[in-house]
Amino acid sequence: MSSIAERQRFRRASRPSLFAGFDPILSGAIVLLLAIGTALVYAATRDWYAANNLDPEYYLKRHIINIAIGSLLAWGTTVIDYRLLRAYTPIAWVLGVIGLVAVLIPNVGSTVNGSQAWIALPGGFQIQPAELAKISIILGISMILSERGHDSDEPTTQDMLQALAVAAVPILLILAQPDIGTVFIISASVVTIIAVSGSPTRWVVALLIIAVIGGFVATQSGVLKDYQIKRLQSFVDPNADSQGAGYQLRQARITVGSGGLIGTGLFNGPQTNGRFVPEQQTDFIFTVAGEELGFLGSGSIILLYIIILMRAFSIARRTNDPFGRLVGTGVAAWFAFQIFENIGMTLGLMPMTGVPLPFLSYGGSSMFANLIGFGLLQNIHAKQR
Amino acid sequence: MNQRSRLSLLVVQILIISLMAALFGRLFYLQIAAGPKYRDAALSIQSRDVINPATRGLIVDSSGVPLALNKVGLAITIDRIVIDKQPDKGVSVMKSLALLLGLKYSDIYQETRLCGELPKGKKAGCWTGSRYQPIPITKQADPNVALQIVENSDKYPGVDATPIAIRNYPGMESVNGAHVLGYVGPMTEENLSNTDGIKYFRSESIGKSGLEIQYDSYLRGTPGIRTVIVDRKESITRVSQNTKSTPGDHLVTNLDIRLQASAESALADAVRRARGSGFKADSGAAVVMDVRNGRVLAIASYPTYDPNLWEKGLTVKQANDLFSEKTGVPALSRALQGLFAPASTFKAVSTVAAANAGYDLNASYDCPSEVEVGTRAFQNFESKAQGRMSLKKAIAVSCDTIWYRIAFDEWLRDGGLRPKADLNDYFYNAARGFQINVKTGIDLPSESAGRLADRQWRKDWYENNKDFYCNYKERASKSQQTPFLLELARENCLDGDKIRAGDAVNFSIGQGDTVITPLKLAQMYSAIANGGTIWQALVGKAIIKTDGTIVKTMTPEKLGTLPATPATLKFLQGSLREVVTSGTATGSFSGFPVSVSGKTGTAQVFGRNLNGSAKDDTSWFASYAPSEKPRYAVVMMVSQGGYGSSTSGVGVRKIYETLFGVKGSKVIPELALFPDGKPPTKLPKISPATKVKKAP
Repeated sequence: MSSIAERQRFRRASRPSLFAGFDPILSGAIVLLLAIGTALVYAATRDWYAANNLDPEYYLKRHIINIAIGSLLAWGTTVIDYRLLRAYTPIAWVLGVIGLVAVLIPNVGSTVNGSQAWIALPGGFQIQPAELAKISIILGISMILSERGHDSDEPTTQDMLQALAVAAVPILLILAQPDIGTVFIISASVVTIIAVSGSPTRWVVALLIIAVIGGFVATQSGVLKDYQIKRLQSFVDPNADSQGAGYQLRQARITVGSGGLIGTGLFNGPQTNGRFVPEQQTDFIFTVAGEELGFLGSGSIILLYIIILMRAFSIARRTNDPFGRLVGTGVAAWFAFQIFENIGMTLGLMPMTGVPLPFLSYGGSSMFANLIGFGLLQNIHAKQR
Repeated sequence: MNQRSRLSLLVVQILIISLMAALFGRLFYLQIAAGPKYRDAALSIQSRDVINPATRGLIVDSSGVPLALNKVGLAITIDRIVIDKQPDKGVSVMKSLALLLGLKYSDIYQETRLCGELPKGKKAGCWTGSRYQPIPITKQADPNVALQIVENSDKYPGVDATPIAIRNYPGMESVNGAHVLGYVGPMTEENLSNTDGIKYFRSESIGKSGLEIQYDSYLRGTPGIRTVIVDRKESITRVSQNTKSTPGDHLVTNLDIRLQASAESALADAVRRARGSGFKADSGAAVVMDVRNGRVLAIASYPTYDPNLWEKGLTVKQANDLFSEKTGVPALSRALQGLFAPASTFKAVSTVAAANAGYDLNASYDCPSEVEVGTRAFQNFESKAQGRMSLKKAIAVSCDTIWYRIAFDEWLRDGGLRPKADLNDYFYNAARGFQINVKTGIDLPSESAGRLADRQWRKDWYENNKDFYCNYKERASKSQQTPFLLELARENCLDGDKIRAGDAVNFSIGQGDTVITPLKLAQMYSAIANGGTIWQALVGKAIIKTDGTIVKTMTPEKLGTLPATPATLKFLQGSLREVVTSGTATGSFSGFPVSVSGKTGTAQVFGRNLNGSAKDDTSWFASYAPSEKPRYAVVMMVSQGGYGSSTSGVGVRKIYETLFGVKGSKVIPELALFPDGKPPTKLPKISPATKVKKAP
């Protein structure tokens, strides 16, 4: 990274400007996804709301507001001073943990679809602390694993234990909700960060083994609730729970499959308009893309995600700053695992969990968190020197 | 960045790209490779076919008077899907509904069970349709009751009241017609599984018996299909297809409602009279046929049932009674399913046999009180010796012994118990010529073919029963071990495969194992009357579209010709006239102004009734009129009805009275059903409002 051309490019990029350092490919892909997502959220809700004499633009309006707020947060995250970000990390972590504790307090947190994951705010808004906690955790362990009080090339056992503690507290709190999907995504991201931090391979292997055992124990010991076991069973055998999770998964597959090559056209999907797939504006938004936009449209969405992920890894790879590299890797892994979990669930590759699809699904907390993640990537990108 | 970090980052990237590639591959599989399959699945989720059954065609008589039409009824239905989800499986709902409708809970329970859910023998009244359609408890509910149900829908979950089209048999002129008309009912799973190549829909009705099933494909019409696109709550978002229903075609029959009503009441009256004379008279039938073409103008069976039972809502008791021996199995149509020994009416066949065998029809024969047949004496009817008489007279007074002698002689000529190679078999061949063992071909379901107890039948019978008779002591029950039956069994075992002398002589007077239906006898006497042509019996006349165009006309087929010369037929016709003028039927037809030819029959029946009493004789009267220019054949049969003449003969006379407009001993031409002496040939205009033509 010492060629003159690159130096010049960075210099140009760091020119003081409102959009200083914005990665055009990354930003372009995300803006495209946000636009597609907006159309899909509208398509998912318009007919149903109109048919029930409700405002057909209800979700559209709120989704646009979410994007607007999220964009402000992204911009803020991008332009904030790098050192300040590190200074705020402990505060962000503490706030995240407080949120996760608060959501478990009866009458504060509310339960949706079996998970006590939401805090109701005035004005009909709700916040999902686990979404924002993802950022706290990524920042927290990245900070611990990148700032060492010694010159060693790899983190010491003490660093590792600290990092694991920083991750374990919020993960256990999310597990208590329970929100297995988010726990999976965060855990996978944490393992990725640890792997990239230069930790000895034995640590990574050990963590993976713990994760597998943990998952096994969870299914056997009753930590998982009944409905979660059913979801897992219906993943293995879609006919096992034909009224509940099995119904949803089968409907989701039928809806996507019926889209064919070119789909029915936006707003024209009978499965979507008949609302045969529940939660189709949030967790099952990909079914709307599948039915109405077909293989061409929904395949393009996956391509856009691949572009975003490649850019994110490229940013992480190119930065000289260890903290930035770990944060970038963490954000990329988070996005990747969440995309895989969500679309994989829709297509029947993964068991059913309640995680939204980044940048597409309706949902404030998730949208804010995703755009903050995007802001973090931009920030790292802008400070590459 | 150290090497390990770099390597890790690369591994992570590869891992994540592979995950994305997996998504891509799976998406390709779902949308492209398996796309058509999922599109079909989606279509079946989203679309619902709402079937609008077609208006069923009317069934009318030959002058257009409706025998079956459609009415709007109010149905109270139970949805099994809903009531099965109740904690008590709907018991309390059905109980309160029973109270409201004044029915028995057990009936409602039974009526809402699918036939497959019930054990064998307990299926009476079960629902032949499917679980997925509301099951009607009654189709003629009181509107006030229906209102109570609709207004208290929370008290009656799964119960609904909806107006529906119902089949109605108006019974004008107090006609019943249950056996010939049949009834309609719900589709069975078998209908729906498309085994007969016709696409049926669940909400359609289908003919279940009689003309309703015979002409169902015309009467039913084509239902309208409205395909709607629904959402998850089953509310309709869009209509994707909407075809109108095509009403069913009308069926014009050869029946005349007035004649049918008359045949039914004359039959019921004959049964009553026979009972008054101390006979059991458990059942009967009456048939009126046009001798020139086999068209059936009236066909009645006793006992009968209300053809509207099904649409009113059949109770379990009613369903059981239809097939119960105690109530006389009303469901059975005696006219075409009841098989009885024809007795002396069969002498028409024997006359043809004797003529073909070369006996002089104009000679005199001796009619003693009994005839020695081998070692056994066969008595004349009531053991009367009547002296020498012409064969004509012998037929008129129904002498049996003349026929015994002829039959016995012919049996001996054919080799007796050691039959010759070239058999004459005049009697069996004559019976075959009359098509005794062939169906009349009537356009009604489940007709029974008669049984001709000839040599082959004997052989087959022996094969099937040899074991029983040859091991009688072990096989038969205690009560069957009387000396007489033991001797009979011994004989049957010995030479049961051969026609014995007794079999031959019994055959000649229509006794023994030969049995026919009343409809068959009507066909036989029509053939005698018309000069020898055996016509297929036909109830249907034409199928007419609602706009009046003729879809199809049914013309009777010639099934054969009697094996008799014109001279033989002429002799036979004269003899049958003599029966009425100076023979066994004289009393029944005294003073009757129209010349009738006929033959009485009084058949002995072996066996016992349910209460242990010996069975009474079968009463027959087979006839045609007017004798000079025959047009109508009328046959009546009353099982266990006693004498042919006094029971059935009088019944037949009543039918002729209606037919020809006879009052006392005069014909009043205006009262005749067919003023020009023949049934209408023109097809009527069809309207449900057509009234019965009344005499001035």
